[in-house]
Amino acid sequence: MAARGSAALKTRASLFAALGDETRLSVLAKLSDGAPQSIARLTDGTHVSRQAVTKHLRVLENAGVVRSVRAGRETRFEIVPKSIDQARDWLDDISRQWDDALARLKSFVED
Amino acid sequence: MSDRIEKSIELKAPVSRVWRALTDYREFGTWFGVTLEGPFAPGKVAGGRINHPECGQLRFECTVQKMEPERLFSFTWHPYAKDPKYDYSKELQTLVEFTLEKTATGTLLRVVESGFDKIPPGRRPEAFRMNDRGWSIQMENIAKHVGHGR
Repeated sequence: MAARGSAALKTRASLFAALGDETRLSVLAKLSDGAPQSIARLTDGTHVSRQAVTKHLRVLENAGVVRSVRAGRETRFEIVPKSIDQARDWLDDISRQWDDALARLKSFVED
Repeated sequence: MSDRIEKSIELKAPVSRVWRALTDYREFGTWFGVTLEGPFAPGKVAGGRINHPECGQLRFECTVQKMEPERLFSFTWHPYAKDPKYDYSKELQTLVEFTLEKTATGTLLRVVESGFDKIPPGRRPEAFRMNDRGWSIQMENIAKHVGHGR
């Protein structure tokens, strides 16, 4: 619909795309208590390789859902709570756009 | 609201009039703000340019699912405006359903957009549960629409 700005859209699109994958969701589940975790820890108990987990972490990082933090020589990943708020805001935006579209429909059919 | 957005609105116009406004591609384009290239037909893709100064090259595109005359019109789409350089084909699609119901004064139109969250509930991390506040807001909106005839 009309007023979805293009730059913000791409961010939201990649955010939702990042969430639409089972491996990435299981990684996020491990991060959801807020504590940063190493790639080794995040790979434990999964059926995918360390390389695959790393790739998924990059997708999440590019979408702004996780960020990497250094802990000595190790890279760890943590969740970015703000990204979840953005997903909520995005749905609120769509909701408002439906309100606008339906108001236009109303004047269109009632005229 | 993790999974859906629901709206309903009372229209002081007969069901047949509302049906035409929804399903005639030129009429739909007028209120929705899009110049469609051809008519809606079940199973077919309908597309066109979004008429909004900020949207430049953006395209509207949907795949019509159901057209049950004067009752139900539904389509699926990618719930984002289209960036021509971005490949949306692997991203989630939502389902938009318009349901019409005759009332004493005209038509009750319900719109449901669903499928924002394709994640099975058991797999969804706690932090990603998005439905806490959304539902109550939607219920208020519906009450407002119906109650005030908006």
